[in-house]
Amino acid sequence: MGISRFVLLVFTISMLASPALSDLVLSKVDRRIYLTSHIVRISSTLEVENAGPETVSKVLLAFPDLQAQNLAYLMASPHEAKAKVKGLTVGASFTFDVLAVFTQALRPMPEQIGQADIQLVLYQDSAYYLSPYVVKVQSLSLKVPDSRIESYTTLQSTKVQGSEIKYGPYENLPAFSSSPITVHFENNLPFAIAQELVREIEISHWGNVLVTEHYKLIHGGAQSKGEFSRLEPQARENVQGPSAVRYLVAHLPPRAHSVYYRDAIGNISTSHLRGDSKKTELLIEPRYPMFGGWRTAFTIGYGLPLQDCLYESEGRRFLNITFSSPMIELVIDTLIVKVVLPEGSSDISVAAPFFMKQWQETKISHLDIVGRAVVVLEKTNLVPEHNQYFQVYYKFNRLSMLREPLMLISGIFFFFVACIVYMHADTSISKFSASYLAKQQWEEVRVAIQQVHNIICRCLATHDKLEASLRDLSRTGEVQACKAARKSTDGLLKELSKELKPLMTFLQSSPSAVQVLSKVEELVAKEKELLEKLMAKHSTAVEAYEKKSGARDIENRIALQQQKITALRQEVDDLLEFIDEI
Amino acid sequence: MSNSSTSDLLKPFKLKTKQQELLIRVSILCLVYILAFITRLFSVLRYESMIHEFDPYFNYRTTLYLTQHGFYDFWNWFDYESWYPLGRIVGGTLYPGLMVTAALIYRLLHFLRFAVHIREVCVLTAPFFASNTTLVAYFFGKEIWDSGAGLVAAILIAVCPGYISRSVAGSYDNEGVAIFALLFTFYLFVKAVNKGSLAWGLASAFGYFYMVSAWGGYVFIINLIPLYVLVLLITGRYSMRLYVAYNCMYILGMLLAMQIRFVGFQHVQSGEHMAAMGVFFLMQVFYFLDWVKHMLSDTKLFQEFLSITVTCAVAAGGIALGVGMASGYISPWTGRFYSLLDPTYAKDHIPIIASVSEHQPTAWSSFMFDFHILLFLFPAGLYFCFKRLSDATIFIVMYGLTSMYFAGVMVRLILVATPAVCLISAIAVSATVKNLTVLLRSKNKVAQIGSTKGTSSAKASSKASLDQSQPFQKNGAMALLFGAFYLLSRYATHCTWVTSEAYSSPSIVLAARGAHGNRVIFDDYREAYFWLRQNTPPDAKVMSWWDYGYQITAMGNRTVIVDNNTWNNTHIATVGRAMSSYEDEAYEIIRSLDVDYVLVVFGGVTGYSSDDINKFLWMVRIGGGVFPVIKEPDYLVNGEYRVDKGAAPKMLNCLMYKLSYYRFGEMMTEYGKPPGYDRARGVEIGNKDIKLEHLEEAFTTSNWIVRIYKVKPPNNRW
Repeated sequence: MGISRFVLLVFTISMLASPALSDLVLSKVDRRIYLTSHIVRISSTLEVENAGPETVSKVLLAFPDLQAQNLAYLMASPHEAKAKVKGLTVGASFTFDVLAVFTQALRPMPEQIGQADIQLVLYQDSAYYLSPYVVKVQSLSLKVPDSRIESYTTLQSTKVQGSEIKYGPYENLPAFSSSPITVHFENNLPFAIAQELVREIEISHWGNVLVTEHYKLIHGGAQSKGEFSRLEPQARENVQGPSAVRYLVAHLPPRAHSVYYRDAIGNISTSHLRGDSKKTELLIEPRYPMFGGWRTAFTIGYGLPLQDCLYESEGRRFLNITFSSPMIELVIDTLIVKVVLPEGSSDISVAAPFFMKQWQETKISHLDIVGRAVVVLEKTNLVPEHNQYFQVYYKFNRLSMLREPLMLISGIFFFFVACIVYMHADTSISKFSASYLAKQQWEEVRVAIQQVHNIICRCLATHDKLEASLRDLSRTGEVQACKAARKSTDGLLKELSKELKPLMTFLQSSPSAVQVLSKVEELVAKEKELLEKLMAKHSTAVEAYEKKSGARDIENRIALQQQKITALRQEVDDLLEFIDEI
Repeated sequence: MSNSSTSDLLKPFKLKTKQQELLIRVSILCLVYILAFITRLFSVLRYESMIHEFDPYFNYRTTLYLTQHGFYDFWNWFDYESWYPLGRIVGGTLYPGLMVTAALIYRLLHFLRFAVHIREVCVLTAPFFASNTTLVAYFFGKEIWDSGAGLVAAILIAVCPGYISRSVAGSYDNEGVAIFALLFTFYLFVKAVNKGSLAWGLASAFGYFYMVSAWGGYVFIINLIPLYVLVLLITGRYSMRLYVAYNCMYILGMLLAMQIRFVGFQHVQSGEHMAAMGVFFLMQVFYFLDWVKHMLSDTKLFQEFLSITVTCAVAAGGIALGVGMASGYISPWTGRFYSLLDPTYAKDHIPIIASVSEHQPTAWSSFMFDFHILLFLFPAGLYFCFKRLSDATIFIVMYGLTSMYFAGVMVRLILVATPAVCLISAIAVSATVKNLTVLLRSKNKVAQIGSTKGTSSAKASSKASLDQSQPFQKNGAMALLFGAFYLLSRYATHCTWVTSEAYSSPSIVLAARGAHGNRVIFDDYREAYFWLRQNTPPDAKVMSWWDYGYQITAMGNRTVIVDNNTWNNTHIATVGRAMSSYEDEAYEIIRSLDVDYVLVVFGGVTGYSSDDINKFLWMVRIGGGVFPVIKEPDYLVNGEYRVDKGAAPKMLNCLMYKLSYYRFGEMMTEYGKPPGYDRARGVEIGNKDIKLEHLEEAFTTSNWIVRIYKVKPPNNRW
């Protein structure tokens, strides 16, 4: 309703208009009634003229009692797009359009039909425009979907052109004049009525707006009676059950993704999705063709990119999205729209183009602690014309987006911490039982053996250093450097043997170490032997160099020692491996 | 130098052999855990996240009730929607383990703020428990053999088709958790026997309690364990450990099991549980004799005492049993139990058991299909078990042999045999591979030592001489190893293929290949059930064969006359009688049962063979078993079952025939065939002009698989 309004619309139920307002005169009324679906749309062009002495700023529109109950939507706009009038001065005239949309204005007649029969409906209205004002010239045309018209009321100057019935023109009729007409015609278009539609719009600031729509659908046309048959619609297509609801079409916003269609007992595989840059078209078939009075219930859902519907203004964010169902030509009895805002939203307000019931709830979804704020909007009796944009404003701190990932991360972190604590904690109840003590002692022994192992490894490393120094010697011939290396390693080895001593005494004293003690002792002894051999070799080599013997001579002397060293080294390595496995 | 410094830096991070082994073992287990879960998700990928088959729908419905109304309402739930007009006391007639487990998982997830739907929990319960079973298999294998065998067992059971068939995502059935509970109980009991500790005995009692709460198959445990104990007693392996383990497990397990209402006092009153009690008393006698033997030094005196005591004990036991049986305190064995021991029993005495396809004796091909190479590895594993006999291996051998026998009796019991077969095969694989690798490794070592300048030449020469005695040993071992891995890889391929092709179909949604190789989906069942749910009065009563009862109540949300819980044979026989009578006779029965709609399943248009016409003879048999007016020969021609022109007149005019083929005679099903050509049976039907008097067609699904008829009210007399 973004178009500027020049009159305040008031519609009166029945004919209780005050006569003082009859200063206005409707100089021309042109009514077109569209009966081409189960929603009745009356589009009228009114030319109003001020015949009274005062400036008028209000025009009253009247509807017959019968129609007023079914009025779903009413909208007036100036006939010329740019006309703007503050009030109607004396003698001036103004043209405007009125669109009124009615539901349940078509009555099936007969009320029950068989599966093969066509559906006939009845429409009642007045041939004269009902108005509290005098109408000078008026005409009416009714558009029906098919050229097949069972019957219609014939008045003076009634014409039928194809699928159009024309009444009028009638001239100079007084206020509140009416002349009932009835049209009985074929209308096989599906009478799909959603008795209840719950739309849930969930905003995720990670880039998605999730829309879920739960439909409870009924075929509102003529009731089905008699026997069902699957045979005939299969044998002769489109002949049988012409009024059945076989499919529904929804125009989803462009870039809609992750579309699904299911019901309480699972996925429904009969749907088609077509998309282009302007819109996404979803065609869904119910599980079974719906004949008159049959019901079904289903859910469709889709995701929309966040940047298509969420905007920011003045430090607040707002969601801009359509209010009603994307299905075409669907009447909705009760619509409940739930907008689920992210957890931590505040300062919530709604801007909607029409009046509706409104309240707030909370919903607990994935990883929520206090729950998300939900704005609930409820409206009854909706037609596709209600599918307009509305806005939900709220404040949301960007940092709270990180709360949920952090929660997950810390949850996994604490799980691992708990595992580590469990592995290291001593959960034994009896601290003095024999088995517990034995276990503890064995632990200590293992630690000691581990240390012995480390020390031996370090010893072997220093052995390697000695060997390296010998190699340097043979390359450079610097005897002094070699001697210095020898001295430093001597010191190191002494320290290591000092460290080894208490460990060995501990192992010898511990009763749990009996089975491994021999191996450890053997290892230590072998290592000592190896060291001695190595030292001997080192001394011989250095001596030989000091005497400046020939290279071959030196090698000959060392060769025998070298062989023993390799063998010993091998044994030590084997022992080390064995001890490592304890 | 820089090189050595980096290696020094890395040194603290270098793992020791033992740590490496642990790391590899844990990562293999994790991978197996994940594999066991994801291989069962084929059904979700191929179809959707939905509940499968028949019984799972009841389980799903009760779980839904449990999560919505809480445990006490669930426990006291009287279900008006099934077995109309009798109803069903749900809390007292089901094993609640599965539902309670799923509801607990659901609660836990919601407590952790994962807002999942209960359906997803139910769909994924079976795969989750299958994953847990692999862990149990690992520990069990470790207990009876070594950790290598445990790992192999975990891998084998993770993908074994025999187990997958009942544990794919969506197969929300008792067996899904029960196999886990079964193996876990066995593991805990074997552990208790090995350790002789009360703690493990207690744990096994709780494992048994969980099993009792989950599945009727617990009877297998309560008979196998006493048998095992008896074998140990006979083979002279009686020990204090066994005494502690069995007594603790039996007494506590029995007391706990009595808390399940469906089981109640059966442990002390039913014939099937008497073996456990007998062994319990025998153990006390044994213990007492042991004590007396310890006190008496005179062997001769003890011999006399022994003979007197044993005679008295046996006599007392016999008298107690006789009196119990005679007075009716101890109920005799049920038919189901007999049919397990004797494969032909059900066929002769209980048609309702014999009518279920999964109760048929197993064909050799299905063994091959479900076990593949395990079938060859099983005897090999038995050989290894006998070679290294211990309390634990005796148990697994007994479990394997008995369960294999039962698997031969009934197809569905392959499931029970699967863990045993996997464990025993794992022993075979592990032992073989270990032997072969030891051979290979020792060779390598010799070669290595040989290369290092011929040190320890004596050793090397001895090895070399061994080498000469068995030429090509290394190559042979290599070849065998490759052979083993080839077989195992074939096994993995076979399992994956079977899972994806055979065991992942929900059987609610049928899939077929179309003319152009495209996938055609027949979603007729849900179409019909949803139609019932939406377009019939909420209190409408639907009559169908019992197979579809659970589905109608769960998906259609309408009251049924009979369902898959086949506790009342007469009621089922009444439905069978109605289906096999002429329409006006059937109408009387239908009126007396207050039925509003009749639902039949018909596959003549699509060629779907498990429809009601093919099941019809069972209806006749079960109906005839209670109502002798229904005679099977009336429906057969020369002992042959047919639906074409040569069919028996009673067959052509019975209610089931009329409802299945109503207006089918006008239908062209296949090009080049006359109208009314039944594709499921490949014949033209015999009665094309079917008129219904008391029923009218209310709905038929798009492929004619489900047909629903409305029962007309009786005609006004004036």
